[in-house]
Amino acid sequence: MHRRTCLLALAGLPLPRILAAVEPSAGSNGAETDSKVAFDAVLPGRVLRFPDDEGAHPGFRTEWWYVTGWLKGTEGDPFGFQITFFRVRTGIGEDNPSAFAPRQLLLAHAAIADPRLGRLRHDQRAARTGFERAGYATDRAHVRLDDWSFEQMDDHYVTRVNAEDFAYDLRLAFTGPPMFNGDQGFSRKAPDPYHASYYYSRPQLQVDGQVTLDGRRQAVSGRAWMDHEWSSAYSPEGADGWDWVGLNLDDGGALMAFRMRRPDGTALWASATRRFSDGRTQSLGPEQVEWFPIRRWQSPRTGIEYPIEWDLRIGERRYRLQPLMDDQELDSRRSTGTIYWEGAMRLFEDEREIGRGYLEMTGYGNRIQVG
Amino acid sequence: MRLAWVFLGSLGRRRAATLLSFAAIVLGVALGMAVQAVNQAALAEFGRGLRTLAGAADLQVVGPRTGFDEALYARLAARPEVAQASPVLEVRTERIGTTDTLNILGLDLFAVGAVTPALLARPVEIDDRAERESRLTSLAEDSVFLSAAAQTALAVQPGDRLSVYAGSQPLELRVAGDLPGAAEDRRLAVMDIAAVQNHFDRIGRLTRIDLKLVEGLDVQAARAALEPLLPAGVWLEVPQAAEGQASNLSRAYRVNLTLLAAMALITGAFLVFSAQALSVVRRHTELAFLRAIGLARRQLFVWLLAEGALVGLLGAVVGVALGHGLAFGLLELLGGDLGAGFFSGLSPSLRFDPWASGLYVLLGVGAGVAGAWLPARDAADIAPAQALKASDDSALSQRRGHPRLGLALMLMSLPLCALPPIMELPLGGYLAIFGLLAGSILWLPMLASGFARILPLWGPVPVRLAAARLRAAPGMGAVAATGVLASVALVVAMAIMVNSLRDSVDVWLGQILPADLYLRAGRVQSGGVLDEALQARLADVPGVAHVEFTRHDSLRLVPGQPPVALLARPVSSDGRELPLVGSAHAVAEGETAIWISEALHDLQGWRPGDRVQLPLAGSEVSVRVTGIWRDYARQTGSLMLDLADYRRLTGDRSVQDAAIWLTPGADAFSVAEALKSAGGSGALEVTAPGEIRAISLRIFDRTFAVTYVLEAAAVIIGLAGVAASFAALAAARRREFGLLRHLGLTRGQIGGLLALEGSLAAGIGILGGLTVGGAIAWILIEVVNRQSFHWSMDLSVPWLSLLVFAGTLAGLASLAAVLAGRQAMRQDAVLAVREDW
Repeated sequence: MHRRTCLLALAGLPLPRILAAVEPSAGSNGAETDSKVAFDAVLPGRVLRFPDDEGAHPGFRTEWWYVTGWLKGTEGDPFGFQITFFRVRTGIGEDNPSAFAPRQLLLAHAAIADPRLGRLRHDQRAARTGFERAGYATDRAHVRLDDWSFEQMDDHYVTRVNAEDFAYDLRLAFTGPPMFNGDQGFSRKAPDPYHASYYYSRPQLQVDGQVTLDGRRQAVSGRAWMDHEWSSAYSPEGADGWDWVGLNLDDGGALMAFRMRRPDGTALWASATRRFSDGRTQSLGPEQVEWFPIRRWQSPRTGIEYPIEWDLRIGERRYRLQPLMDDQELDSRRSTGTIYWEGAMRLFEDEREIGRGYLEMTGYGNRIQVG
Repeated sequence: MRLAWVFLGSLGRRRAATLLSFAAIVLGVALGMAVQAVNQAALAEFGRGLRTLAGAADLQVVGPRTGFDEALYARLAARPEVAQASPVLEVRTERIGTTDTLNILGLDLFAVGAVTPALLARPVEIDDRAERESRLTSLAEDSVFLSAAAQTALAVQPGDRLSVYAGSQPLELRVAGDLPGAAEDRRLAVMDIAAVQNHFDRIGRLTRIDLKLVEGLDVQAARAALEPLLPAGVWLEVPQAAEGQASNLSRAYRVNLTLLAAMALITGAFLVFSAQALSVVRRHTELAFLRAIGLARRQLFVWLLAEGALVGLLGAVVGVALGHGLAFGLLELLGGDLGAGFFSGLSPSLRFDPWASGLYVLLGVGAGVAGAWLPARDAADIAPAQALKASDDSALSQRRGHPRLGLALMLMSLPLCALPPIMELPLGGYLAIFGLLAGSILWLPMLASGFARILPLWGPVPVRLAAARLRAAPGMGAVAATGVLASVALVVAMAIMVNSLRDSVDVWLGQILPADLYLRAGRVQSGGVLDEALQARLADVPGVAHVEFTRHDSLRLVPGQPPVALLARPVSSDGRELPLVGSAHAVAEGETAIWISEALHDLQGWRPGDRVQLPLAGSEVSVRVTGIWRDYARQTGSLMLDLADYRRLTGDRSVQDAAIWLTPGADAFSVAEALKSAGGSGALEVTAPGEIRAISLRIFDRTFAVTYVLEAAAVIIGLAGVAASFAALAAARRREFGLLRHLGLTRGQIGGLLALEGSLAAGIGILGGLTVGGAIAWILIEVVNRQSFHWSMDLSVPWLSLLVFAGTLAGLASLAAVLAGRQAMRQDAVLAVREDW
């Protein structure tokens, strides 16, 4: 769900708005707008197959592999981490024989939410595919961009990031099968079924590895969440932001919820997926998912107010979301001009912590250039 | 301080002479300052542009003009030494329907940010376009991003369309935004590298890779590690190297101009000298009186020097101001290279450099002091008692110059000419010119008296008087002749040199352009090529008897040096169609022959018969130097080889130019039209050799426009010198004229006497100037040009122009003498005589 935010965020790097371009323009009909390029369409009924569908789907306009999680080192408090690889099919240079032809772009974004620092550390990369600098595999999850990579090996992922002021090298082991969101992986984004994606998650990944912070390398372990989603027509008209959450529950279950938000704060669409500790999965529709903001925090940098504590109603159950720290705003105005909030969260039910995960909120500041 | 009025005030009393000295120094300083300021501005601008382009790059991979294989980029980007590699493909193109050329940088926008952030493109939102479309603008195949200066130069704005040639095809681009980081006055165009490769038919090629090394890594160490990866003819350079190359390239031209300005300054010093010498003579009694009432010898000397210094200072200050004004005008008119073509595409802005300006002020003061030195010493040496009793000009008249020192200086010039260039500058040649000029001036009194001795003492009284005076007091004539000699020498030397070069270039153009028509793919240097199909179509055009194609490229033989031009065209085995210098060396069977330009011979030390390695198509090829040809077009060196050899060695079959011979009776105009339409879309440019020749000579004349200005200035200075000298002389000789009137000479006769003396003095100066100027011309041609620009030329003396010039100058000099003496002649004879008794 974080895709658009991150897309926007990364967009800045060298290509101010390329990422945003992933979205079909408002009022247009997505894939069909490009007269020359036919993007693959997301249709209901497709059965996702593994490991092939873990790999890239270059025929679609946009795709991402998105990992978030909580880590704990040998010392100190837990902290959050996030790594995302985006693939963008631009529709440009499809018949250009140049090895530089920008048919497919890769963008990566990594962050660390460290309570000791009190704010996010983050870094980003972007490149066109080719020249062995950036590329992806189509038969399994494997994307790389210079010395950043995310790769699937049998029953685990490996990811490496060398950012400006942090680095990590993590192994993320599967603890169960993938969790399909929506209708067996067909995830609608709006009342109109045209705006949809293929979307599955891998919750409860067991993390082990190394993190380097402030030049100090330490062994870490924790739990993470991986989203893989691809689409050619994602963001619906009439939504100018969204809220998304992905949580690993202490009992072995998992919870994903999102809503597309109208300018007035009401939901245009909402959806959730719940996996129980016994492995059963439940998919919930718009009327079964409700978000209630509880506490707001105003960024001293941007003046934007974010609801950072939430009550969630998923079906018959109510949860409370609380942030690891208040300031998890991602302010990349200097490089990209985009601002959003994305951070590590604790999940409570009846005043008891029952899980941890990540929350992403976009569109709260008017500076975010959406659609 | 009352003394200040006595001395410095005297400058005001002889306004004409002071003004002339002042003007000469103004001119010398102004010219020197202008050349300096213009070049400084151009170099600073060029350097800033290079730094923008190089950004944070620690090293740059450079190669031949046609570029190198892009696989090198992948290899270098993967190296641990390299933090970021930014590939660049630069093409030169031309806007359709205009002569505006545009260098387009094809860049990977994702790699640019870390290395050359100034080249980051910023898309500008355009209202009437779909939003989605505008977001991918940075990568779109028809998007071009222009710096503010380029937008101004091309008169376009974001959203406008821009049609350029891509090869021989038209290409429609859209100005999608600007380059906010680019320096304001830099004309830059940026596109996506994939689009440039595709549109300009350069798939797989790069012209440069900018490398940012990992932090803390030593550049030399990285260089040593990366160099083995490079194919032949591709080098690693630190970005500053290009700046140095540009500076070196224009240095010879700059130094030559500055030295011309220095000559104007020296002429100014002579003028100060002649004015001061005569003024001292006129003030003989006054100065003797000052000495008698207690002014120390030393003080008198210093005060007289101060007179010269004041003229120098005023002239220099005004000169520096005028120089900056002149520089501004020159920049507007001719551009940063004063028309020489070293810095095209720049719009430099002038900056005031206090150090350089201070230096030029000092030079002006120095010229004034130097001019005043000898007269001041003479004046300080006089014995007051004797001078008070018999006020006359004997001291000056008796000066015989320093013939021995003069001879020594002139002889010294000979070995100086044989010196090799020092720091790539012909310093020996310049010293030799200085020696010749100074020596001949020291010799001038001797020459004058020798000349007078052979003059017959007969004819009308004024003639005999004039001859007698010259014979008895050659120093007088010498003073007047000094300025004439210096300026005539300068004019004659420049005239002979420029004439020789122009004639040689003219002949050379005839040799190098033997065909009836010339065709090229636009004015485009790297974009336009004629592919094989087009080559065949051109050869089949009716009326075409024979076609010869030329392939242009540039090679880098040595890192850190500018690239060398490569011309591949049909060349016969003995090179008879080339403008050869010396004889050709026979080539054995199976060897590849190359013909090198004189510059390459000088710079690389290659000689006919040498076996050398050429980096062609990424590998070293062994070739034989067969002969040396004259190339006035490419100062950094060029080499030619047979097109068939080139194609065999590189496999590259495209060409850029074609020389076309017509069948007898064919109409050149209609064939030209048929050739143009064979290329389609007006991308081919067909010209007749006459046109090329006219354009070339026009460029030549523009290049030498500055020297014409200097020549004119020198003539004016010379004439002014005559006028000043005679005005002072005539004033000093008032009582002599009075006596002559008493003895019965008419005013007309005295006027004739003055005119004759003027012509005689000028004649001596002109004769000396012609001789010395001829010698200086020889040094300019054989030493200075050869060492500065690496080209030879055939001596060609513009006899008629020189004759007319000499005659006019002599006539003008006598006129100046008469006009100057008119005041003295008008004076009442009785009064004039009585004044002194």
